[in-house]
Amino acid sequence: MTTLNRKQDSAGKTNRPGTETKLAGIPRTGQLVMLVAPAALWLIFLLILPLITLVMLSFQKSAFGPDSTVFSLNSYIEFFRNSAYQRLMLRSLWISLLVSFFTILLSYPLAYYMAFHGGQKQSLMLNLLIIPAWTSFLLRVLAWRVILGSSGLLNTFLLWIGLINQPITGLFYSQTAVVITLIYIWIPFAALPIYVALQRIEPGLLEAASDLGSRPWQAFLKVTFPLSIPGILAGFLFVFIPTVGEYVTPAMVGGPNGLMIGNIIWDQFSRGLDWPMGATLSLAILVAVLIPLVLAARVAQKSGALGGGR
Amino acid sequence: MIEQKRSLPGTLYFIVMMVFLYLPVLVLIVFSFNNSVILAFPFKGFTLEWYKQLLGARELLLAARNSIIVGISSSLVATLIGALAAVAVTRHHMPARNFFLGAASVPLVMPSIVLGVAMLVLFRRVFDLQLNLWLITAAHVLISIPSTILIVMARLADFSHNLEEAAMDLGANYWMTLLKVTLPISLPALIAAFLTAFTTSFDEYAMTTLITGTDTTLPVYLYSLLRFPRRLPVAVAMGSIIMVISAILVITAEKLRSIGTNRVQKENKI
Repeated sequence: MTTLNRKQDSAGKTNRPGTETKLAGIPRTGQLVMLVAPAALWLIFLLILPLITLVMLSFQKSAFGPDSTVFSLNSYIEFFRNSAYQRLMLRSLWISLLVSFFTILLSYPLAYYMAFHGGQKQSLMLNLLIIPAWTSFLLRVLAWRVILGSSGLLNTFLLWIGLINQPITGLFYSQTAVVITLIYIWIPFAALPIYVALQRIEPGLLEAASDLGSRPWQAFLKVTFPLSIPGILAGFLFVFIPTVGEYVTPAMVGGPNGLMIGNIIWDQFSRGLDWPMGATLSLAILVAVLIPLVLAARVAQKSGALGGGR
Repeated sequence: MIEQKRSLPGTLYFIVMMVFLYLPVLVLIVFSFNNSVILAFPFKGFTLEWYKQLLGARELLLAARNSIIVGISSSLVATLIGALAAVAVTRHHMPARNFFLGAASVPLVMPSIVLGVAMLVLFRRVFDLQLNLWLITAAHVLISIPSTILIVMARLADFSHNLEEAAMDLGANYWMTLLKVTLPISLPALIAAFLTAFTTSFDEYAMTTLITGTDTTLPVYLYSLLRFPRRLPVAVAMGSIIMVISAILVITAEKLRSIGTNRVQKENKI
């Protein structure tokens, strides 16, 4: 894109100096403003403004009524004092880390196979991978709810074919169920960026490694894997970020032991309980998401690329 | 690529993963035709009962209509906004270009619950608005903006600026050039962006439910059905329909996007 800009600049300078503005009728900056304004307005009104109000709400004593103008640090104090919030926050982070780790572990070989052994069928494989990622999230969670339940498909299937005599309990409504379901949901999202990173590795590099006498596994450790780290990072973010704030999956398959911080936030707002507390907890999620994001950006800057680098 | 030969363990792994990805949903779809209120083995017999019940459910049809209206209008707006921004980014010497692209990608990395809660607070507390479908539409535009910008950008980056220059040399004004030259060039990407935005909107639950008033969208309605065990088969039947529709849209968008960008393995795919 930089080349394009340069091309356009030089064309403007050599061919018709100054005429660009006249031809357009509107000065160049005017055009630019009109092109960017709608996106900017949307971002300001539906992203920045809501976030500012969220921060302000977190410092209020109450969301409605006369107390809403009273400045208060109550929800922050409550957040640090009440161990239930911290436990839930830690559990959410733990679940997110577990899910991210296993999702990447399962996705990496998948991406590797598509990138290096996919051959002609690569785009077909890619489509097969993408379709579930973009289709009904709820249905895919629902599938696991129906499969894992004590009178669910898995148990009745196993009973029916005679593999077990008693239905297995404890699968459903547990943290494990949340982790399994989310791994299942996110696999395409993690496999895709890893695939893209592997795809961009110059075949010449691997040839050079093997010419210089390295065995395939050495070449993998020294060349392929380091070059795929940007993809792994992107995959990690794509999984970790939505998982920290997840509340639908825990509500559907998690049971009381699988609840996450998102469920508490949802309760605060949808039941009209303590909105300032909910706002504080939402900001806690944002901070939790921001840390890996900044770290990843740092690493990406050092290694020179994160997915979108040129 | 140096090793194009198939590896057997790799192929097996790929197949196992695809079975893992597709089987749960396919089993569910199969059971939406099962003649029993309980979703359990063995299969009792084939029935279209649940789909018939769906057709009779007035609320469901309303929710479906709402979802289609919200989906189409939010995707149209998101595509327009994204396309204009993409032109600015690829065709102009834009100051703070990276800052703008970074800011525009923020909705991509915001947990839905935080976005939903923040909008709820803004709508209810600050502006004291009644929650309605237009607010949901506006919110869906926001979450689709990153993908529409990226998709159109990828297409425009593949074309040199010469065509637009030529049109302007021949006397077309700027907006005319955008309409007559840039628009046709980016058409496949525009359609892909529209379909991507539509599938996002059509399936969005986590954020939407927080800003839903009396009028519900399809996923919100589907979720509310889950509270009643007896209606589970109906919910599954409805989920199956959503699944099939979005699968068709995804495949179409993917086809257009691969035409649209020439380079199939672009980073902007995701």
